Amino acid sequence: MTARTMAAHPAQDDARLRPLPWRRMVRVTWRQHHFALIGVAVLLAALAVWLWHAGTSVHNAYAAAIACHPASSAACGSLVNNFDVSAENHFMGSKGPGGVLLQLLPALIGAFVGAPVLARELETGTFRYAWTQGFGRWRWALAKLVLLAVVLAAATVAFGALVSWYYQPYSGAFYQDSPFGNLFILREVTFPAWTLAVFAIGALAGMLIRRVVPAIVATLAVYAGLAFAAAAFLREHYVTPLATSNMNISLPGASTAWIIDQWSTKGGNFAFAGNPPISLINQYCSSVPPDKIGPLGFAPCLAQHGYTMWTSYQPASRFWPFQWIEGGWLLVLSALLIAVTVWLVQRRAA
Amino acid sequence: MNVVEASGLGKRYGRAWALRDCTLEIPAGRVAALVGPNGAGKTTLLNMTVGLSAPSAGAVTVLGGRRPGSPGALDGIAFVAQDTPLYKNLRVADMIYITRSLNRRFDQRYARTRLDELGIPLKRKSGKLSGGQQAQLALTLALARRPWLLVLDEPVAALDPVARHDFMATVLAAASADGVSVLLSSHVLTELERVARYLVLMSGGRVQLAGEVDDLLAAHGQASLEELALHYLRETTPEVTR
Repeated sequence: MTARTMAAHPAQDDARLRPLPWRRMVRVTWRQHHFALIGVAVLLAALAVWLWHAGTSVHNAYAAAIACHPASSAACGSLVNNFDVSAENHFMGSKGPGGVLLQLLPALIGAFVGAPVLARELETGTFRYAWTQGFGRWRWALAKLVLLAVVLAAATVAFGALVSWYYQPYSGAFYQDSPFGNLFILREVTFPAWTLAVFAIGALAGMLIRRVVPAIVATLAVYAGLAFAAAAFLREHYVTPLATSNMNISLPGASTAWIIDQWSTKGGNFAFAGNPPISLINQYCSSVPPDKIGPLGFAPCLAQHGYTMWTSYQPASRFWPFQWIEGGWLLVLSALLIAVTVWLVQRRAA
Repeated sequence: MNVVEASGLGKRYGRAWALRDCTLEIPAGRVAALVGPNGAGKTTLLNMTVGLSAPSAGAVTVLGGRRPGSPGALDGIAFVAQDTPLYKNLRVADMIYITRSLNRRFDQRYARTRLDELGIPLKRKSGKLSGGQQAQLALTLALARRPWLLVLDEPVAALDPVARHDFMATVLAAASADGVSVLLSSHVLTELERVARYLVLMSGGRVQLAGEVDDLLAAHGQASLEELALHYLRETTPEVTR
């Protein structure tokens, strides 16, 4: 063994030691987590190739239909029809499985990368190694979580941009799909934000539960609750909805707006919410023949008797503000969760 | 300098005290052994010494007055936990790289030379090594940090006799050639005989006896450390203190 050239006391050699810069954690994190990160990259790359392939044919069909003149000719009608069929049947169209399946992506990526970061260390006992190295445990935890978060954010922003490109024809001239639908959480702001939120939930769950599989399960459960709450309760309130008495806004395919609520008034006073009560239809509209009931139901009939149908809605022009609002609170939540996790790593007894 | 100083140190898990009223000064430059049956509080004391857990009562300092877990303490103390945790899916070379990256001081040449002597291949995954090799790898990584104090928690409990002997030989070499202070815990007395010069006898969450081995043997009229420990652990009840 070689002889030591050391000071006689630890205090004397402190100044001689080389510093421990944060960047040391880059390759440490890579060596420990490259399987998870490569897995995410392969998954997203495979889906991206598929999406690009599917999107190209939808884009081509759209371009052919929009370039056709005169638009009223039968040939153009057939091209528009081609586009409709192509769009509906494609991966993320209304008849494709993609919109629903892809919603699982932020949850799966976040949970499978985030939950093991601390849970595996605690489950296998390696935290006793990691937390007693010179780097220090809170710096170790913060560096790892931030680095992984940055990589996940970069990958998901890119994928979200591809989803937005794929989606362009769906909100174009022929196809009036609301941008607040299934794909809302997969765009370039919300996809990384949701992924990071689940990642941070996973890291904290791993720290608290200390076992990988239960931590992943708990993370997915929390995500399910949070995603449901956001979609069912929170999102529609980001900005006060607009209200209109134009009934056509609620016709399917007539508008890209997101319909929140409907109610009717008579003489300036509230009459009923949603669909008209049977008693009212019997009173005023019993003479309407069944084949004359259009997509608006009995609303036109009741309008003739002084009822005004109001619809509250979020216009499609609010898509980007909504993206940033949702992305914003999710990023704040992620930062808070990571801060709590790092604090627990530093504080919590082994 | 004392490598460990504890005064009134205690640790409570829920209502049960794993360690109580521990007052202790372990001098530098020695191999000190924490001896006691399972559940005596040895791991609890070591965890607080290396900064993995915080005291419920009293205080402990290391390396001449440093707080365990502080940057200075982390730089100067290398810890090998029970069952020598390593990243099983990483290669030996990766473990060297990571340990080097996470520490201000790391003697890469020592680590490689030592592993070469031990016949541990750098490309093998650490989980594929034998138990003895894993223990040697963990010890080599700890010693390559050139610590002032090496803390080992039950380092040989899971090893076969040959691996025990080899492991202890490495520890002794580091202690005698490089002057590393060593604090190790064990419930197996036999391999401490040759190495320990300072003894801390624990049972029931309390320190029963502490001091230089030679002094203790003379004072208690025992021929060997094993006899002394057995005699003392049989005779004392947890209420008795030194």
